[in-house]
Amino acid sequence: MWGIVRQRAVDGGFSASSLRRTRSALVSARSYAAGSKEMTVRDALNSAIDEEMSADPKVFVMGEEVGQYQGAYKITKGLLEKYGPERVYDTPITEAGFTGIGVGAAYAGLKPVVEFMTFNFSMQAIDHIINSAAKSNYMSAGQINVPIVFRGPNGAAAGVGAQHSQCYAAWYASVPGLKVLAPYSAEDARGLLKAAIRDPDPVVFLENELLYGESFPISEEALDSSFCLPIGKAKIEREGKDVTIITFSKMVGFALKAAEKLAEEGISAEVINLRSIRPLDRATINASVRKTSRLVTVEEGFPQHGVCAEICASVVEESFSYLDAPVERIAGADVPMPYAANLERLALPQVEDIVRAAKRACFRSK
Amino acid sequence: MKFIPESSPQRVPCYRVLDENGRIILNSDFIPVSEKLAVRMYEQMATLQVMDHIFYEAQRQGRISFFITSLGEEAINIASAAALAPDDVVLPQYREPGVLLWRGFTLQEFANQCFGNRADHGKGRQMPIHYGSKQHNYFTVSSPIATQLPQAAGVGYSLKMEKKNACAVTFIGDGGTSEGDFHAGLNFAAVMEAPVVFICRNNGWAISTHISEQFRSDGIVVKGQAYGIRSIRVDGNDALAVYSAVRSAREMAVAEQRPVLIEAMTYRVGHHSTSDDSTKYRTADEIQYWKMSRNPVNRFKKWVEDNGWWSEDDESKIRSNARKQLLQAIQAAEKWDKPPLAELFNDVYDVKTKNLEEQELGLKDLVEKQPQDYPPGFHI
Repeated sequence: MWGIVRQRAVDGGFSASSLRRTRSALVSARSYAAGSKEMTVRDALNSAIDEEMSADPKVFVMGEEVGQYQGAYKITKGLLEKYGPERVYDTPITEAGFTGIGVGAAYAGLKPVVEFMTFNFSMQAIDHIINSAAKSNYMSAGQINVPIVFRGPNGAAAGVGAQHSQCYAAWYASVPGLKVLAPYSAEDARGLLKAAIRDPDPVVFLENELLYGESFPISEEALDSSFCLPIGKAKIEREGKDVTIITFSKMVGFALKAAEKLAEEGISAEVINLRSIRPLDRATINASVRKTSRLVTVEEGFPQHGVCAEICASVVEESFSYLDAPVERIAGADVPMPYAANLERLALPQVEDIVRAAKRACFRSK
Repeated sequence: MKFIPESSPQRVPCYRVLDENGRIILNSDFIPVSEKLAVRMYEQMATLQVMDHIFYEAQRQGRISFFITSLGEEAINIASAAALAPDDVVLPQYREPGVLLWRGFTLQEFANQCFGNRADHGKGRQMPIHYGSKQHNYFTVSSPIATQLPQAAGVGYSLKMEKKNACAVTFIGDGGTSEGDFHAGLNFAAVMEAPVVFICRNNGWAISTHISEQFRSDGIVVKGQAYGIRSIRVDGNDALAVYSAVRSAREMAVAEQRPVLIEAMTYRVGHHSTSDDSTKYRTADEIQYWKMSRNPVNRFKKWVEDNGWWSEDDESKIRSNARKQLLQAIQAAEKWDKPPLAELFNDVYDVKTKNLEEQELGLKDLVEKQPQDYPPGFHI
């Protein structure tokens, strides 16, 4: 199974790079003053890990292909050379094994950053993530804390089929004891990964393969080695007053495009990038909906019991009287991800779906 | 063309020092044990036996909800603990409370955990027998089987990186070696050259599954070589043999920075737990035989007595003292308050998140406003 993913990493992924080209064009059209720096998400993640390893000798990286191969997606490029094989450890193929080992090392005081080649493979280790990592601090009454980060690509990529495309945000975010983060931009990637590595609790860090190559403008502040984003705080990517669109990861890009299309039709959409799935920033979510009175939530994952369901429940519970329209949920299709490109496109939310839902919430269409 | 046969004509021999009558076998090599150490070992084995019986009875009387005994495995428990250094990190399965007892966990502390009261170091978070103590380098018992094995490899790796003069020691039963984590843990420890001592208590039964239905190999010891791990089979009911084997294994693990596997042969005299009635799947005769004729405590007692280090007087004293202390500990533990409401929300994270703070306030408010739903004695 992982053979397929490995092949894609070597090729660079043909469909992924074409998507990259179209998206980069749009991003630079939106970028700030000329002369501002840009950084890919890949470089952002790499620099974050590098800086944290440099600052704290207890931080080490572990996973399949992270060392000599420079990382299946090149996120750990250059780290083996810089820090040596003890701190950049190429593991045998056993997710359950290296996750358990990471937890044991964390119990003993090290700070492992464990890479899953994709979070789909984390299911083989999920007992260790939940029962060994998430619950340990509680079960041991504070005696065993687990400062571990589990990171890797999550959700759909392009043409990788059912066993490589599932989104695990809802599963992990339902577990007390875990923190679950999902970066979108390069700044998110840097700030959230640094925060995750420094955090004494176990963190599930959900990246997105298709975002790795995408470039984003990045501020001087974000490039500083002490830069860190708070865990549990969402970001308002675009302010608006007519409808709130809430999402995370790659869908933030789609939501921003949808907001532009909606603006052409006179609808001002506020786009919120969750950044943190657990803890969920209910305050920001509800404040926004109380302002706009309309909610559209978007995620790539399966619809039942998804992240959007939790957001809708929170808004209905806390801001019911502010709502002027039923809450809208957009999620992936309730099917294992098909391979054929047309079917895959149909199984995932597209910009048009977000636009339609926002218009429905504004009573502009059926 | 030659196939390696599925089994060897001879089983791997078992290292032993004392015969069944507690006499040193001629020409056996072992690490000598002083009178002081031997007496302490025996006292603790006897105490562990009394503790098992009393807590088991307490569960039967409904005073605690659950219990697991280590009956028949007292030599493995105490002798292995005696052979380790205090800095060695222990990751137990669940039938090794004797290791914690040896390291200084008091009978009152055991009772507090079983009752989940306010004094419990575990703050009432876990079922009975899920003891843990950072202070004693004994990781909190975790229910899923064999997860401690790759964790031990990780702990060993951490000790290796910090160049500590210590090793990780982890226990597993015969049944637990069927788990995927057994493979991952041993393979990894070997590849990482981590200082880990893996001790398998082969006690013949995994609840109702006999070893003949668990694996087709010659026990567990033969699996070590498959991972490139030095291994030994030892008579787990022979305290001196266990002491020597664990002591040697520990030295090798630390000095040579490698994992070592010990298979300790024994028998599970008690039921799997208080939720089990093993007479349903094995004969009462079989249990009785191991309980009486192959008892590790009696065997070691004979050796200690033969050396003139122990008398019948000492025997009745240690047992009655242990019994008295345990009954007092249980009475006290039973009476003490359960943990307060705040402990429901603590330790989920290092620092309580906002939503948990809100939930705690909400619950406190509810308890205040609806006292009739929270009967007197409901500890807040």
